Amino acid sequence: MDWLTHPLVAAFLLGVLVLVVVPGVCSYLIFLERKIAAWVQKRHGPNRVGPWGLFQPIADGLKFVLKEQVVPDHVNKILYFAAPSIAVLTTLLAFAVVPFGPTTDRPNEFSWVVAPNVDVGILFIFAIGSLAVYAIILGGWASNNKYSFIGALRSSAQVISYEIPLGMAVLGVLMICGSLNLEKIIHHQAQGFFSWNIWFQPLAFLVFMTAALAENNRLPFDLPECEQELIGGFHTEYSAMKFGMFFLGEYTHMITVSFLLVILFFGGWHFPWIAEMAPQTVGSVAVKFMVLFAKVGVAIVFIMLIRWTLPRFRFDQLMGLAWKVLIPLSLANLLAAMVVKHFGLSLWVLTAANVGLFFVPAWLASQPLGVVRRKVQRLESGELGVVEPLYAD
Amino acid sequence: MPLAASDVRYVEPPTMGLWEKLYLPAIFEGLGTTMRQMLKPAVTQQFPEQEPKLPAHFRGVHRLNRDEQGRVKCVACYLCSTACPAHCIDIVAAPSPWTDREKYPETFVIDELRCIYCGMCEEACPVDAIELTTLYDLTGLSRQEMLFDKEKLLSVFDQTTTAGTDPARTGRGRLGPASEKTADVRLPNPQ
Repeated sequence: MDWLTHPLVAAFLLGVLVLVVVPGVCSYLIFLERKIAAWVQKRHGPNRVGPWGLFQPIADGLKFVLKEQVVPDHVNKILYFAAPSIAVLTTLLAFAVVPFGPTTDRPNEFSWVVAPNVDVGILFIFAIGSLAVYAIILGGWASNNKYSFIGALRSSAQVISYEIPLGMAVLGVLMICGSLNLEKIIHHQAQGFFSWNIWFQPLAFLVFMTAALAENNRLPFDLPECEQELIGGFHTEYSAMKFGMFFLGEYTHMITVSFLLVILFFGGWHFPWIAEMAPQTVGSVAVKFMVLFAKVGVAIVFIMLIRWTLPRFRFDQLMGLAWKVLIPLSLANLLAAMVVKHFGLSLWVLTAANVGLFFVPAWLASQPLGVVRRKVQRLESGELGVVEPLYAD
Repeated sequence: MPLAASDVRYVEPPTMGLWEKLYLPAIFEGLGTTMRQMLKPAVTQQFPEQEPKLPAHFRGVHRLNRDEQGRVKCVACYLCSTACPAHCIDIVAAPSPWTDREKYPETFVIDELRCIYCGMCEEACPVDAIELTTLYDLTGLSRQEMLFDKEKLLSVFDQTTTAGTDPARTGRGRLGPASEKTADVRLPNPQ
């Protein structure tokens, strides 16, 4: 059985496992999303296929495969076929360095990650993840449809803007842990409950979460595909399995982002007392799997609930949020992390800085500017004389 | 014409306090609302298993009413087919075999596919003979099948009367000789 743990064999087996499991999980996530949507709207949701509609994803999958592939005449064929493939490829590729199970720093134990010990881990995910925008842009462009193209354009602007806060929010975490390697980030947090990064980087967590939603084209930031305005946006012209592949890519991205949230801020598989850094046994591996999947599940359900809570942003609000709020906040957070690391202060100082950064800008923003009130005072004192009407009758 | 400064009303936009500007409390409040909605029972009616109970004034399939002796009430006056905006009612009148009226419909055919279910036929009817029932699941495999003749329309009457789903306007006031026999059991006239 020694050959099983050979790095190449293990990587191949885990890769196959991911390729088989992730699409299945994705289809059931779509089912869960439909169920949650139904419950929020006081409906039952899909309940016809199998008990409680549990076979609905299978029926959907079959439908995707068996449906006629409609390729409109006016599309650019090569790019049109390339786009959904890129959507799936990039998101699955990003999953390669995500530890989806227990990891260890002992050399003779097994780490549940397709490509273990990649020292540029998170950088790899961001690099590959940002390629996913190609799928949307190419899809929208190749469709030769103005609504698809508007969706694609919005998406390009959105993804490029939100990558900046996404990356900068993580920098604080990386400074605390001193590594880009996702396994080392988990091991750094596995020292105890109060070494989870969420305690020191709550603001970074908020920024990361928001930016991840936008990066993922999830509501409230789903402008590239908003149904009401753009009839589905970039995937309007896609049907059957090609549409299914866009869906698969989107939900795989959501899984990856949820794993990242848990790994970067909530200690990955670690949970005090029940899942600690101890030599691995079969039982502890199972517990660590359950802990990790429970955390990821909570993250995914939270993302789905957010969808039914917040209305969609307007495009200028979306850009304003990225450039005027998230980027300055994550820059300030980065500065605070640098100061704390440089002077060797306690990490709780960083917590205080994060809380301050959360409250102070909000307090400043809540101060009335008084521009209008001052104008009224000047008018009433007669300082400005008589006001000319804006529009003559 | 210059506007006096005193005539101008400036309105301050409502200011958001610290609590509102934090945004997070509002988001959590919204999440709370979302989750409360999730816990409430579903309002969906599971259609094929659970038949909806439609209000009595719903306008579905037509029926031709019978009088107490089981005869068709219709006197073949053509008022319904004249009032019909879709021209979906086809009547052939014949001399009545009974003594209390001059004519009766020899055939009475309604094209249910052409009908727009406006209810003007039942408003036009002087003897309360045609009514729209609450039957809504109208299906057929051919257009021919959807031409409902007199027997079919009378059977709709039998079906709805036994099921106790008489339309709302059944028996409203004294309308004419064919309707008079049931005058005693009618609802009080609103006038």
